[in-house]
Amino acid sequence: MSEEPARSSTESSSAASSGLDFEDTALTLRLPGSAAADRSPRASHAPPSPKAQVVGWPPVPRNRRNALPRSKFVKVAVAGAPYQRKVDLEAYAGYQQLLAALQDMFTSHFTVRRVGDEEMELVDVVSGVEYVPTYEDKDGDWMLVGDVPWRMFVEACQRLRLMKSSEVVNLAPRDAQ
Amino acid sequence: MTYFPEEVVEHIFSFLPSHSDRNTVSLVCKVWYEVERLSRRSVFVGNCYAIRPERAVLRFPNVRALTVKGKPHFADFNLVPPDWGGYAGPWIEAAARSCAGLEELRMKRMVVSDENLELLARSFPRFKALVLISCEGFSTDGLAAIASHCKLLRELDLQENDVDDRGPRWLSFFPDSCTSLVSLNFACIKGEVNSGALERLVARSPNLRSLRLNRSVSVDTLTKILARTPNLEDLGTGNLTDEFQHESYAKLASVLDKCKMLKSLSGFWDASPSCVPFIYPLCHQLTGLNLSYAPTLDYSDLTKMVSRCVKLQRLWVLDCISDKGLQVVATSCKDLQELRVFPSDFYVAGYSAVTEEGLVAISSGCRKLSSLLYFCHQMTNDALNTVAENCPNFIRFRLCILEPKKPDAMTGQPLDEGFGAIVRKCKGLRRLSMSGLLTDKVFMYIGEYAKQLEMLSIAFAGDSDKGMMHVMNGCKHLRKLEIRDSPFGDGALLGNVAKYETMRSLWMSSCNVTFKGCQVLASMMPMLNVEIMNELVGSSEMEENHGDHSKVDKLYVYRTTAGARDDAPNFVKIL
Repeated sequence: MSEEPARSSTESSSAASSGLDFEDTALTLRLPGSAAADRSPRASHAPPSPKAQVVGWPPVPRNRRNALPRSKFVKVAVAGAPYQRKVDLEAYAGYQQLLAALQDMFTSHFTVRRVGDEEMELVDVVSGVEYVPTYEDKDGDWMLVGDVPWRMFVEACQRLRLMKSSEVVNLAPRDAQ
Repeated sequence: MTYFPEEVVEHIFSFLPSHSDRNTVSLVCKVWYEVERLSRRSVFVGNCYAIRPERAVLRFPNVRALTVKGKPHFADFNLVPPDWGGYAGPWIEAAARSCAGLEELRMKRMVVSDENLELLARSFPRFKALVLISCEGFSTDGLAAIASHCKLLRELDLQENDVDDRGPRWLSFFPDSCTSLVSLNFACIKGEVNSGALERLVARSPNLRSLRLNRSVSVDTLTKILARTPNLEDLGTGNLTDEFQHESYAKLASVLDKCKMLKSLSGFWDASPSCVPFIYPLCHQLTGLNLSYAPTLDYSDLTKMVSRCVKLQRLWVLDCISDKGLQVVATSCKDLQELRVFPSDFYVAGYSAVTEEGLVAISSGCRKLSSLLYFCHQMTNDALNTVAENCPNFIRFRLCILEPKKPDAMTGQPLDEGFGAIVRKCKGLRRLSMSGLLTDKVFMYIGEYAKQLEMLSIAFAGDSDKGMMHVMNGCKHLRKLEIRDSPFGDGALLGNVAKYETMRSLWMSSCNVTFKGCQVLASMMPMLNVEIMNELVGSSEMEENHGDHSKVDKLYVYRTTAGARDDAPNFVKIL
């Protein structure tokens, strides 16, 4: 197929080198404005890792740490899917893991196209539509996933929705644009 | 006084309010010592290794209430390795031999086994009250022994213990003849209890005033129980998640309505917001409310409840309440004396919705506030100054900014001035825990102004030995000093060695004290136990591989008349 030579050319050239750049049209779940690097825009304010821990700090006794069960299940809707799913936000250490899990979860809705040795991308073979992750916060507003520190997001998120990029207004600039 | 018969002297002593007063009169002369020791009913042992159990029970053979504390406070935060010690066995065995009249036993941070509980249950025919706080090592089988043999049991209070759950049968061991229960707290038991046995037990306990259930107890069981206990004063709920019918909650609301004496409410394990309105009718009479195990309640659920609690004196919540919610507390709860705000996110530098603004609001609305535990995202000197002005009555002030060494959020300065204001204005302050960016200056203020301070907790603070020296030299009433991750070394450790005789204990971990410094301390002060805990297993390695100048990971120093303890594990070296 013609993807393979195109793939190898994009690997060695920069992302915006040609209008038919494969990566631009590929369907992925990705934070707006982020490239392959997993640093969120707030990296300078975030702790070294979302699960950074110092022994015995904060000074909360064990029974209290164990008593609060760390699970937060939220509904996930995908535009066009016949039913919703639920994910436990506490099960993930950050945005990358969450998005990877969402991709896994909806592989039956999307076709998984295996490209190259390792990479898989979610493609809607019918429409070729790109999806953007959004969430509803405690005020009932729909927000773009990825702007705030992970823990703040987990606290605020009430439900998730993968919206078609055509539905989303005021999208952050993407690499392709 | 020497011409009074001993009975009169004894009667006079019975009016002495505190242990330390009785200790003092026993030093006056031999006669008074004898009268005092034989008439002493209540003995408090703040450090189980400070005295041999046999010596304590032989001195006070007629003791009725014994309290013993084991591990150092930082054990709560996993800083003390497991198997360190604090065994209840020797105390219970000694009491069993010498104090047959024992009626009450309270233990905190000790290791209690089922065998110990069996012995306890069989040895004291008048035993009435067992209170275990933050203990471990026992199972529900041990509780079964207590239930079956303590015929006069009035109080079984289990707080935050690590209990091995061997099934629900233990509750059924209370015999039908047991009708004396006044207080039952099994909130820390993890598993199911037999609801029928629980209902029958409650039905035959007309004196029950305090009942704290665990997570497994359903709304329906709770309703049936409350129907039997209209005189209940303190309730810890069971399960209040939203898997129940509206009808169940309506029935609960109607029995709660009859509990006119109910003053204190806790539990609320993962409580659903839909259960909250059913509690409203009770709110106006509550003096104590613990919602700190309900992360599912958000700011609006919490404020709707709290705004109705006009008589509240004690409030424990999670930081989900946010600064806005604390403002509601400030306007509604004018009688508030104790506030604890716990974090819902335990990661270092995690997000918290609570900042200095919430605390300032509380201080301006709740002028009677005397006890505070406050986990927050940030703090400022200005805020602390305002808090100190508004609430000069603080006895306990514990502030924990989630990110270590975080400076003033507005100015970027250390928080020395803010805590300085607290110790200067709160002249009755007995307990202080600090956090955030702190230099030696804050310790200078503490040494100068905190004259009533008894317990000080320090983490990630200070610049040099001078800091610790200010405290050691200035705080005349200091009993417990616990320090972690601060740059205090041998100079501070050895700067005022006589002070340790007047204190219960010193804990230092991840500081700069060396092996040599500890050896010097031990040789200068034979009445202290100097315990060193290093990561390396086996004390021989400590001597071989580490020179005298190697740093000590963990140091625990305490005065004792008992000498080196013989139950220390091999990672503890006693110099």
